[in-house]
Amino acid sequence: MAEAEESSGELETATPRPLFAGLSDISISQDIPIEGEITIPMQGRARELDRSTLNESVRHTIMRDLKAVGKKFMHVLYPRRSNVLLRDWDLWGPLILCVTLALMLQKGSVDGEKDGGPQFAEVFVIVWFGAVTITLNSKLLGGNISFFQSLCVLGYCILPLTVAMLICRLVLLAGQGPINFMIRLFVVVVMFIWSVVASTAFLADSHPPNRKALAVYPVFLFYFVISWMILTFTP
Amino acid sequence: MAAADDLQFEEFGDGATLPATNPDATTIDIEDPGEISKRQSRPRGSPGREEDEELLGNNDSDETELLAGQKKSSPFWTFEYYQTFFDVDTHQVFDRIKGSLLPVPGKNFVRLYVRSNPDLYGPFWICATLVFAIAISGNLSNFLIHLGEKTYHYVPEFQKVSIAATIIYAYAWLVPLALWGFLVWRNSKVMNIVSYSFLEIVCVYGYSLFIYIPTAVLWIIPQRAVRWVLVTIALGISGSVLAMTFWPAVREDNRRVALATIVMIVLLHVLLSVGCLAYFFDAPEMDHLPTTTATPNQTVVAARSS
Repeated sequence: MAEAEESSGELETATPRPLFAGLSDISISQDIPIEGEITIPMQGRARELDRSTLNESVRHTIMRDLKAVGKKFMHVLYPRRSNVLLRDWDLWGPLILCVTLALMLQKGSVDGEKDGGPQFAEVFVIVWFGAVTITLNSKLLGGNISFFQSLCVLGYCILPLTVAMLICRLVLLAGQGPINFMIRLFVVVVMFIWSVVASTAFLADSHPPNRKALAVYPVFLFYFVISWMILTFTP
Repeated sequence: MAAADDLQFEEFGDGATLPATNPDATTIDIEDPGEISKRQSRPRGSPGREEDEELLGNNDSDETELLAGQKKSSPFWTFEYYQTFFDVDTHQVFDRIKGSLLPVPGKNFVRLYVRSNPDLYGPFWICATLVFAIAISGNLSNFLIHLGEKTYHYVPEFQKVSIAATIIYAYAWLVPLALWGFLVWRNSKVMNIVSYSFLEIVCVYGYSLFIYIPTAVLWIIPQRAVRWVLVTIALGISGSVLAMTFWPAVREDNRRVALATIVMIVLLHVLLSVGCLAYFFDAPEMDHLPTTTATPNQTVVAARSS
């Protein structure tokens, strides 16, 4: 290498000749050992990551998913105009919430008389088919949100209503009565408004302004029906 | 040079000035937007005009045929095909709802509001709202009626939602299907000037059910007289919307067939509303009402309390 540089240096100081005229004069008389390591930094890191998620403990994997779900819960509880729910959507949160809500809402035992409350399957079907119908409606109206993103947002925004269900069950432990009912009514109304505001904060931007109301109304109806089921729950 | 001149763009100027500068040029007149809106506002007409052309929509029947052909061009297995049925804005939906609430004689709901853009958003979500309104109001009304009874245990009666959904959606889809089939069959026998597509009939039926949503909410009031007054008002409004929409479609036909069709439409509507009232709302018993009962019943109350 050093010899080649010296000869090219000599070429530059000599009288101006056509380009690369003397290149053929250069001869590399001895073998230049070329050795070393070729590493591409990005690939190396990715291979490291793959290895780490395969070999990491089960607890670590579950905690990572739970932390993602928990982060989204925080975003629902304090709704800001962010697109965390939209960017990394997942359906674990909606599933956990829906199962919890359905478990709490179902009738405890099969009564001899006509049992009026919804069964587990009914609540589950209402939540999921309601969410699918609203998503289809949103897409048919020309919204630019994807199917699973919308399902994710609608599912996560059931969180306030699940909290309301928990509170209602606790309040019902103290016995039934008009004051009891007023407390439950107040809690359910507040959580209903919270749910609608939270989901609108995420979904509002996906529609042009002349169709926003058309896309938001089914969401309102959906959460209203769930609130009604929570409010009329009698143990 | 001549070659360079040929490549230059020629300035043609306004169409108005062209005949002056170049008498041989041909010009095409495109109407002002003002004229076009005047032409379109004529079918709306001033209230009281009952010309046949208005009802039949002969002015824009050619246009509507063309528009209908242009719109639904995607094959039915693509998503875009179904998107054409949701091509409405918020204010259009509100206008259609308003049109179903205020029927004016001489104005046809389909020609005036739907105008070859039938949507499925209105019928679907109005029916969904109505299902939940009837179920929830029925539940609330029964709770209020039986309030204070020792033997009454409140149940949410959730199964009634599925029954209500079946009834309402069957009515909103099967009756238009039957009516459309009937109209097509009559059309093959008698040449009718006005004919509706299946989706337009679904649209009319869906929007005409809107009046029942506030009616169902008001049915919570446990007074028999109030409920029957509400039923009459709701039936009057939605029945007249339906009758005025379908009268031009059967008018050309045999007198008896036309009258029978309209009577059948109204009768099915009556059946729906009275059936819902009877099934979902318990009859208010007189002796549970506190002070608002009519005078003949006060003696009954006095007799029971003594």
